Amino acid sequence: MNWADVVAVILMVGIIAYALFGGADFGAGFWDLFAGGAERGKRPRAVAQHAIGPVWEANHVWLIFCLVVLWTAFSEAFQSITLTLFVPLSLAALGIVLRGSSFAFRKEVQRTSSQRNFGAAFASSSVLVPFCMGAVAGAIASGRVPAGGQAGDTWASWLNATSILGGVLAVAVCAYLAAVYLVWDARHIGDEEMVEYFRHRALGAAIATGVIAAIGIVVLHDDAKYVFDGLTSRALPLVVISAVCGLGSIVLLFRDAHRGARLLAMGAVATVVAGWGVAQWPYLLPTTLKVQAAAAPDATLISVVVVFLLAAVICLPSLGLLYVLDQKSLLEADESEPQRA
Amino acid sequence: MTAMTAGLVHVLAVDPVPWARSQMAFTLAVHIILVPLGVAWAFMALVANYRGIKKHDPDAILLAQRWSKCMAVTFAVGAVTGTVLTFEFGLLWPNFMGKFGDAFGIPFAVEGLFFFTEAIFIAIYIYGWKRLKPWPHFWTGVPIVIAGIGGTASVVAANGWMNEPGGFTLNSAGKVVDVDPLAVIFNKAMPLETIHMLVAAYLVGGFLIASVYAVAMLRGRRDHYTRLGFLIAFSVAAIAAPVQMLVGDQLARWVYENEPTKFAAIEMVPKTSTDVPETLFGHLNAKGQVEGGFAIPGFASILSDPSEGTSTQIQGLDSFPKGSRPTNSEVDVVHLAWDVMIGLGTLLALLSVWFGVVWLFRRDLPKPKLFLWLAAAAGVLSVVALEAGWTVTEVGRQPWIVFDYMKVKAGATTNEGVWLTFLIIVGLYTGVMVTLAIILRKMARDWRTGGDDGPSGPYEPRGPRPIEDAPEPQADVPVEVQA
Repeated sequence: MNWADVVAVILMVGIIAYALFGGADFGAGFWDLFAGGAERGKRPRAVAQHAIGPVWEANHVWLIFCLVVLWTAFSEAFQSITLTLFVPLSLAALGIVLRGSSFAFRKEVQRTSSQRNFGAAFASSSVLVPFCMGAVAGAIASGRVPAGGQAGDTWASWLNATSILGGVLAVAVCAYLAAVYLVWDARHIGDEEMVEYFRHRALGAAIATGVIAAIGIVVLHDDAKYVFDGLTSRALPLVVISAVCGLGSIVLLFRDAHRGARLLAMGAVATVVAGWGVAQWPYLLPTTLKVQAAAAPDATLISVVVVFLLAAVICLPSLGLLYVLDQKSLLEADESEPQRA
Repeated sequence: MTAMTAGLVHVLAVDPVPWARSQMAFTLAVHIILVPLGVAWAFMALVANYRGIKKHDPDAILLAQRWSKCMAVTFAVGAVTGTVLTFEFGLLWPNFMGKFGDAFGIPFAVEGLFFFTEAIFIAIYIYGWKRLKPWPHFWTGVPIVIAGIGGTASVVAANGWMNEPGGFTLNSAGKVVDVDPLAVIFNKAMPLETIHMLVAAYLVGGFLIASVYAVAMLRGRRDHYTRLGFLIAFSVAAIAAPVQMLVGDQLARWVYENEPTKFAAIEMVPKTSTDVPETLFGHLNAKGQVEGGFAIPGFASILSDPSEGTSTQIQGLDSFPKGSRPTNSEVDVVHLAWDVMIGLGTLLALLSVWFGVVWLFRRDLPKPKLFLWLAAAAGVLSVVALEAGWTVTEVGRQPWIVFDYMKVKAGATTNEGVWLTFLIIVGLYTGVMVTLAIILRKMARDWRTGGDDGPSGPYEPRGPRPIEDAPEPQADVPVEVQA
């Protein structure tokens, strides 16, 4: 293993983290979108909003992390990707702004009609962004981003079978993750009705995700041969683990188990993303640019690794502290301020 | 039909470079306003927190609590605008990043580290108010301040590198090889530029927050709480403003010695000469001569090197090839921005001195209402000065994106749809900033009318809705947790 490989793994860790944490945020927006009219959708929306509120858009740190690692360590690939996929990436960036502002705005406006408008903007951008991200992944996986910092086709690069599949799969994955998390949230709020509500939806989303993934195998076979071959050979164990985790989470959701479904859902998503990475190995852009060829000089790669390790040394204990304080119930939003003297 | 399509394509296909520049400038101009709040507000909250504990001052504690809540909101908005900037490095400047990302990217990787740390401790600090013991809780706020400083230094290091690229070599194919990460980060422009920006962050943050309380005092709220809010913020700014004059002076002289092209634009010097007058305002006419404005004879030379006085020679714009220096209209912009920055900076420093002297002798605010009026205006004025200063360093580097290595045009995207993304971004950002203002105002109003009546701000508690076992500590972010 050389430095380029190490950094590629770090990049993959970032992508998985974004899928798991950012994905759930987007998925909550998905359920908001399909929660029905203002009255009917009031409670599910409240649960979703409650779940997102504390992490309002901050999970994008993972996205920033991925972009920074990509442009620092694999600048040629970054150049090709951003030149080729200008449209879906622009849409994603705009969607992120729209989402962040409309989410906050909706809480502040009083009239139902304006709430509905901002809510619609929030929810539709929550679907748009993961779709674009998935389409970008599809474009890369199907070899439509050329090497050499060159622009591929502006439209065909992301409007093709694999990209559409990637987009739809990303939306489904987000919806699945979010529904599973929201079951948990609803349970802790003590809202049994909403537990049922999201449990049914989690089941539906899990099955839908499985079906889309199955269709995806056919699509990849025809449109992204290299990745298909990888998924059915060296990445096969990961695919199997993903499927097992997915099925396991369906069983647990079906049996209304109080534990485990969340972890299995995360496992299913993490392994499928990792599987994509392993499947296109050793290519960063299949099949024109290898990780090794795209890599920056060693000193740069080592800097990225050092920063990553420092982050592990500094941030993990900090996260640990946060977690411990949280477990000891030492963190609490104060609801009533001390009245001033 | 085909003609129409062709016509449409022609209309849509616009040279992306000016639009890319506009979009980058606009999004940075917005983001840079959030920076002082992110960096300096945490410090001021800690000052209030410290005072609250030491002097058993409940008003100070209340201030710190409320400030920390506001900070969370500005932090979240900063995360969104920061995400957009990250995208833009690729969407607008792919050819720059493709060639120089190997070096230029390193400071951003470091920045990520600080950003992460900041986010975690903001979460702990905001939600630790009630249950953590006062002193341990206070200390959980300290990493926010340190991370803010580190993050600023990293980003400014990247900008400094664009001004003074170093720490790499290009091979014959023009590819970056032999990167020296430390030399990239600690490039020649980095130290002074970083100090200048950090002091600016405290200056702007202080004046911005103080201006809110100055307005409150003008409206007749003179209670201990309001006064304290004003005093803490204004004191921070009042220390920063005179310091900034010294730092700025050093930096200007450094630019004179190391970035002569930029300096020629700053001082609007067409021809290399000695005894150069300091021209206030004015512009370059079609022949490239200084026109209008108000000239102080010999003063630019004296300031550039006081030991040489009026015999100090300043390199003029004519000593640099035409395509490698700012155009005349860019020079006008740089020079005007410079004057605005210096003018406002001086005004703010004088205001600080006024406050300082009165405080020293009377332990009170200056009595005249004029002081409060100026303090109320200082928030906006300091932001204008900040934007102007940033304009000087960016426009002053034109036409280069990496000085002497790559021109802006060569670094830009070739996608012709940038004009459209620019227009959409302007619309969306207007929405974001309005949202931010509304949220902060609503929070303040709710507090003023006595306690929490209902939700305010996306980070606010929303009734008794415990999430006990918070989903995996997603704690790159303020996690809301309750018992």
